[in-house]
Amino acid sequence: MSNTDKPNLAEKSFLSVRDLKVHFPTDDGLVKSVNGLSFDLERGKTLGIVGESGSGKSVTSLSIMGLHRTGTKRGAPQISGEIWLDGEDLVSADPDRVRQLRGHKMAMIFQDPLTAMHPYFTVGAQIVEAYRAHHPGTSKKVARTRAVEMLDRVGIPQPDKRVDNYPHEFSGGMRQRAMIAMALVNDPSLLIADEPTTALDVTVQAQILDLIRDLQKEFGSAVIIITHDLGVVAEIADDILVMYGGKPIERGPAATIFESPEHPYTWGLLGSMPRLDRELQDRLIPVKGSPPSLINVPSGCAFHPRCPYAELTGGRSTGEVPVLAEAAPRHYAACHLPIAERHRIFTEEIAPRL
Amino acid sequence: MLVYLFRRLINVVLMLLVVAAVTFGIFFMVPKLTGTDPALLYVGKIADKVAVEGIRHKMGLDKSIVEQFWLFLKGIVVGRDYNAGTDMTHCYAPCLGYSFKTEREVWPLLLDRVGVDFSLAVGASVLWLVFGTATGIVSALRRGTALDRITMSVALAGVSLPMYFTGLVSLAVFVHQLGWFPSKYTDFANDPVAWFQGLVLPWITLAFLFAATYARLSRATLLDVLGEDYIRTARAKGLKEPVVIGKHAMRSTLTPILTVFGMDLGGLLGGAVLTESTFNLRGLGYEAVQSIASSDLPVIMGVTLFAAFFIVMANLLVDLLYAVVDPRVRLA
Repeated sequence: MSNTDKPNLAEKSFLSVRDLKVHFPTDDGLVKSVNGLSFDLERGKTLGIVGESGSGKSVTSLSIMGLHRTGTKRGAPQISGEIWLDGEDLVSADPDRVRQLRGHKMAMIFQDPLTAMHPYFTVGAQIVEAYRAHHPGTSKKVARTRAVEMLDRVGIPQPDKRVDNYPHEFSGGMRQRAMIAMALVNDPSLLIADEPTTALDVTVQAQILDLIRDLQKEFGSAVIIITHDLGVVAEIADDILVMYGGKPIERGPAATIFESPEHPYTWGLLGSMPRLDRELQDRLIPVKGSPPSLINVPSGCAFHPRCPYAELTGGRSTGEVPVLAEAAPRHYAACHLPIAERHRIFTEEIAPRL
Repeated sequence: MLVYLFRRLINVVLMLLVVAAVTFGIFFMVPKLTGTDPALLYVGKIADKVAVEGIRHKMGLDKSIVEQFWLFLKGIVVGRDYNAGTDMTHCYAPCLGYSFKTEREVWPLLLDRVGVDFSLAVGASVLWLVFGTATGIVSALRRGTALDRITMSVALAGVSLPMYFTGLVSLAVFVHQLGWFPSKYTDFANDPVAWFQGLVLPWITLAFLFAATYARLSRATLLDVLGEDYIRTARAKGLKEPVVIGKHAMRSTLTPILTVFGMDLGGLLGGAVLTESTFNLRGLGYEAVQSIASSDLPVIMGVTLFAAFFIVMANLLVDLLYAVVDPRVRLA
């Protein structure tokens, strides 16, 4: 991509990630957690980032937040590429500037709300702290009123009493609501939810997703949902980005990804997901093999050792790294299979089994 | 909270009762096993039968063990009269009996001694708590750097070198060679300056030993805490790094240190044998060694009970502080 079109993209989109690379130097070698990721996100829209463990989805979110240094004890990663948030590049920005944006313009919800909240401070105190960090000079009383208001907004009963409770006095779902209240207390325009429902009871998951969706409508923020659960993104996302081995392999509108997925890995993900809206299958079909090593990423297409159709590419899958190419309007996939061939395989072999 | 406090206090009393019972049991059993007669230890080797029987009766040694234990406990609470007809001695509460050797009351003797341990423990604990923890924290925040490696090596030396080595070396250098400090303990009440001068070396030597442990403990704990999810959350809120470390991380780091500190302090108050003998301080530890060497059972018992009291109280204090620090403990 040329230098001239970067600012244009930044102007166009609220969040714009360009060729993001996050590499961690370790004793065993360079871990390429994220290796060339680009996407755009508008205000009011939701992007679902899907992938299995180690596909780079969490590192992506931590990099946007500027928290990548803290998620690992292995030392500072090498970061390149650009992350434009509302016209500011976060990769080259001063760390203190990113800190000011963090929790204010962009906020994050974490996976396990029990460990993500400090056990020694009341829920209210933690929300108050988040508010006052970006509203210096606000009195504790005003901030507390704001905290109660937020707890009420996320559906916590008797918020004026619960505000003085400690996290361990909340149930799992309540804690996640409190986390959301804490993340939204400063009206962030970007909300990143990293597996927000994974640690929760199934019955509570839907409530939390509903809540995130409602709040997004109300606040008009851009939302990134990171998950390995396709059911979650089916619920909530406008666009879906599928990651594999640190790279995006498919990107498109949620409906299209579910109806006509292009990449064999996405087929595998869909095939391994139980669906209530389809007839019962004998068995779910797992994606064979295990996720690739991020130190020695397979040559060519990182998915080729696990891909049942690799031999149909005429050797390109092992020698050439596929790039995201438009397969349908607004729908991109990084696959060497010819489009016609892909569509044939999908309609003949995959679709009937889904 | 009040119920918790009440339950803990009952616990303390029970604990001390058990310690008293066990030590009393030993007190009663040891003379029988070694074939010595406590009454004989009081009067001395050359004594006629009448005198021995007289003292046996006076000290209540002719009563059953249960009755003796009861009288012993009662003596601690309300004081005790030792009388044999006309010859009557009153031992004021808390009465721990009389030393076999000096025939002095045990309680005032212990009170005399504990001042040394108190001075020693308070000074040293301030030093090691401040320097040990601070070193550990700096080390953790600068982990992997030369500073971290050097301090941790020094800490390892501190943990490994025994008191009687560092103590004797510092005595040789600072007292005998340089003559900076007196090698004598002076009571605080008599001369605060001399008290301070006499204790500087023991404080530093003892604190060095403990500081090493605290440095390693606080470093390990802080590194653990820094990996916690809630620290990431604190950063995700956009808090400044000093707040993340100073408020969020320190709160969790200091809690385990508090526990260890309570135990160490309680233990020290009950006598620091090695430090006392190295620096020639006459504290409870010294008294314990002396009384064991001369089978002075009432004093051994007194020291044991005294030490147990400090350890139990220190633990209670730690638990109460814990309840203040960690909200999850309060309901328990």
